[in-house]
Amino acid sequence: MSDPVLKVRELNVQVATPEGAKTVLDRLSFDLRAGETLCLAGESGSGKSMTALAVMGLLPKPMCRITGGSIRLGETELVGLSDAGYRRIRTARVAMIFQEPMTSLNPLMTVQQQLVETLLEHDACTSAEAPRRALQLLRDVQMTEPERRLKQYPHELSGGMRQRVMIAIALACDPEVLIADEPTTALDVTVQAEILDLIRNLQRDHGTAVLMITHDMGVVAEMADRVIILRHGQEVESAPVRDLFAAPQSEYAQELLAAVPRLGSAPPRRARPATDPVLEVEELSVRFPVRGGILNRVQAQVHAVENVSFEIAAGETLALVGESGCGKSTIGKALLGLAPWTGSVKVAGRQTRGLGSSAMKPVRRAIQMVFQDPGASLDSRMTVGDQVAEPLQIHGLASGSEIADRVAHLFRRVGLSPDMMARFPHEFSGGQRQRINIARALSLSPRLIVADESVSALDVSVQAQVLELLQEIQDEDGLAFLFISHDMAVIEQVADRVMVMRLGQVVEEGPRDAVLRDPRHAYTRRLLSAVPVPDPTRPRPERIETESLGSPIWPVGEGPQLLNLHDVAPGHRVAS
Amino acid sequence: MQSYLIRRLLESALILLGITLVTFILLYLVPADPARQIAGRSATVETVQNIRDQLGLNDPFFAQYWRYLTSLLQGDMGRSYLQRAEVSELIASRLPASLLLMVAAIATELMMGLTIGIVAALRRNRPADHGLMIFSFVSISAPQFVIGILLLYVFAVQLGWFPIGGYGSFAHVVLPAVTLGFLGAGWYSRMMRSSMIDVLGQDFVRTAQAKGLGRARIILRHVIPNAILPIIAMIGIDIGLFMSGIVVVESVFGWPGIGQLAWQAIQRVDIPVIMGVTMVSATAIVLGNLLADLVAPMIDPRIKTK
Repeated sequence: MSDPVLKVRELNVQVATPEGAKTVLDRLSFDLRAGETLCLAGESGSGKSMTALAVMGLLPKPMCRITGGSIRLGETELVGLSDAGYRRIRTARVAMIFQEPMTSLNPLMTVQQQLVETLLEHDACTSAEAPRRALQLLRDVQMTEPERRLKQYPHELSGGMRQRVMIAIALACDPEVLIADEPTTALDVTVQAEILDLIRNLQRDHGTAVLMITHDMGVVAEMADRVIILRHGQEVESAPVRDLFAAPQSEYAQELLAAVPRLGSAPPRRARPATDPVLEVEELSVRFPVRGGILNRVQAQVHAVENVSFEIAAGETLALVGESGCGKSTIGKALLGLAPWTGSVKVAGRQTRGLGSSAMKPVRRAIQMVFQDPGASLDSRMTVGDQVAEPLQIHGLASGSEIADRVAHLFRRVGLSPDMMARFPHEFSGGQRQRINIARALSLSPRLIVADESVSALDVSVQAQVLELLQEIQDEDGLAFLFISHDMAVIEQVADRVMVMRLGQVVEEGPRDAVLRDPRHAYTRRLLSAVPVPDPTRPRPERIETESLGSPIWPVGEGPQLLNLHDVAPGHRVAS
Repeated sequence: MQSYLIRRLLESALILLGITLVTFILLYLVPADPARQIAGRSATVETVQNIRDQLGLNDPFFAQYWRYLTSLLQGDMGRSYLQRAEVSELIASRLPASLLLMVAAIATELMMGLTIGIVAALRRNRPADHGLMIFSFVSISAPQFVIGILLLYVFAVQLGWFPIGGYGSFAHVVLPAVTLGFLGAGWYSRMMRSSMIDVLGQDFVRTAQAKGLGRARIILRHVIPNAILPIIAMIGIDIGLFMSGIVVVESVFGWPGIGQLAWQAIQRVDIPVIMGVTMVSATAIVLGNLLADLVAPMIDPRIKTK
């Protein structure tokens, strides 16, 4: 076996906190060999990103520092290396791609400038050759229309294209080690599949060693040769990927793997007695104007949602699936009156079209929303008790000591202690905050909850608990859910029916098992096949076709061709 | 781009029309009587009445306003009540001096403000940062006439480096420009500092580091251009601040600009001149904003003029 390219021994990293130094990496050791992919997996706060930053010498100064251990890159010791020494290493020998492709490129420089800058910094070529090399790099990362992309700015590129540019920059000097820190977490699943595929191919062609950091066990299974599971900065388990998935040794690894939602493994949904619809939506359309010209008139429209109809019965969960920009969140917003819409929306049999704000108030009570980011959807300067009480006050549903009683009840209901009411949001973990958001949504005894990516920001073990809580609430109260998510495995766990959206229109809808296990529309199949499967024994997917979705922007008076849904089975409808 | 420019120019014209109306109402309501000023203290009531008639001050408000507006559109800003001259000529003779002072002051405040802001951000929470921020705080708080007189005393009277007042050479511009730029330098340094700190924490700066770029290149090529974007919009708004500062500073330094003209006109209720100066400065502010909005998309490709 070849010598390791990167040797990390007994690495210790500390972070300065007001309470004193806190160890975030505790005696971590590993080897990384050429051509190998090592995954660092773990939940948030496990120290996996810290490891990457420590290797790159990019730990945030002065809060973080390496307090012991060694990082050897070939013959070079990186711990204690000078800034000038590190500059010769970065990208030339160890390169890194980051989680957020949207913000990781300089918005004021063209793709070419950002590539050329890297090449010239490391004397990879002369400045006359640089543009040609930059073009070749874009071709290497399979960018569409590479000549045009060179002249474009980052904001003109999609997230997936930006991540390709990041990879091109990282590979500009043919580094020995590529560190990828959650490179696909911010991307749609089909784009994720493309990027993972690209990294695999480039690694094979260049023999690069890849250190991949991820929280997603599906990504681990598809990418890793070996895995290290981290928790609180310590190695919990280190094993070849197949061994780990087949027989995890440590208790934590077992729990972690057990909590991973696996597509196709969810138990069947219980049969529900037929109930009246809580929500009836007919021909819902949402369009946003694009203005311009001398008089600033509407010149075009973004057709965010186009002619969508559906019903949700009491006690039922309808899942809306699709990639970013498909209009799934806009539907949620339209239902709450947060986006301008046309069509018909009936809540508990009552038409809401054209209702004034006072007439809408009781309707609003019936529909509540739980958002994606549990931290950002709470006011950081208000106690959580007050925030749960606020809807009760606004709607005049309780007063005086009754409010406190109701709030205490809601806290117990979502599995929190009523003692916590006087605390502020920053004193809670992400999962607890989402419970508070759920309590707030429940305070008005709604008929329907719109859950917009409500568990996407949570670690898998916490995600499982929150999903369980939602299920309990539904079983007890017969609440209806509109569950908006991009995560197929989560949807499989919660949904009775699934609706797949693409460019504002429904392409397939039907009972969960029909849509997820017998998908009829090509797009649904594409979405499902792109989901990384947490099973390393499954053959890794071959080259994935890139497909452009098209644009939802149309000139006034024009629009996309409306899709007709036809029945393929009872309740299972597919666009032709 | 073209239709954007046309739309913005039309908007600007509407804003200016609004300003004529508001200024005209305010001056109409001013209790001081310009006719009395012209006639002098000893004049009889009839003389004053006569002058009022001649000037058309007895006409109804809208008749007066309409007369003013129609002649303004023909390029006629009226005649000064007290100086036997056309308002447009008075302004034209003084505008170059004011424009020179303004350009010099903007250059001063940007050079001072941006440099201080950049240095403070790079030395964040260290003594240099604290010192510079105290300086910027003082420069924001100190009244301009105090700064002006202080600078005059030290650099003109004591050291004799610059002339005490007047207009003509480069040396004459320095002290008024610094006085005028001092306030803005304080604002810009604070804005630039916080903008720099913001940008320094952005992901693309980490990317630049990961590329192995040197610190100087990261700061010059990646941080400063991004940090300066919010400042550009400010410069347009800032021209408005200058107009109020210019009245004070021109008086302190005896600078023959429109600030002095305005000051004299206000003291003597010379309404056509006040209207004229107001219109000129309003036009400057509107054009300044327009210019800032036109420059921004050249620097920031994300902003589209539509």
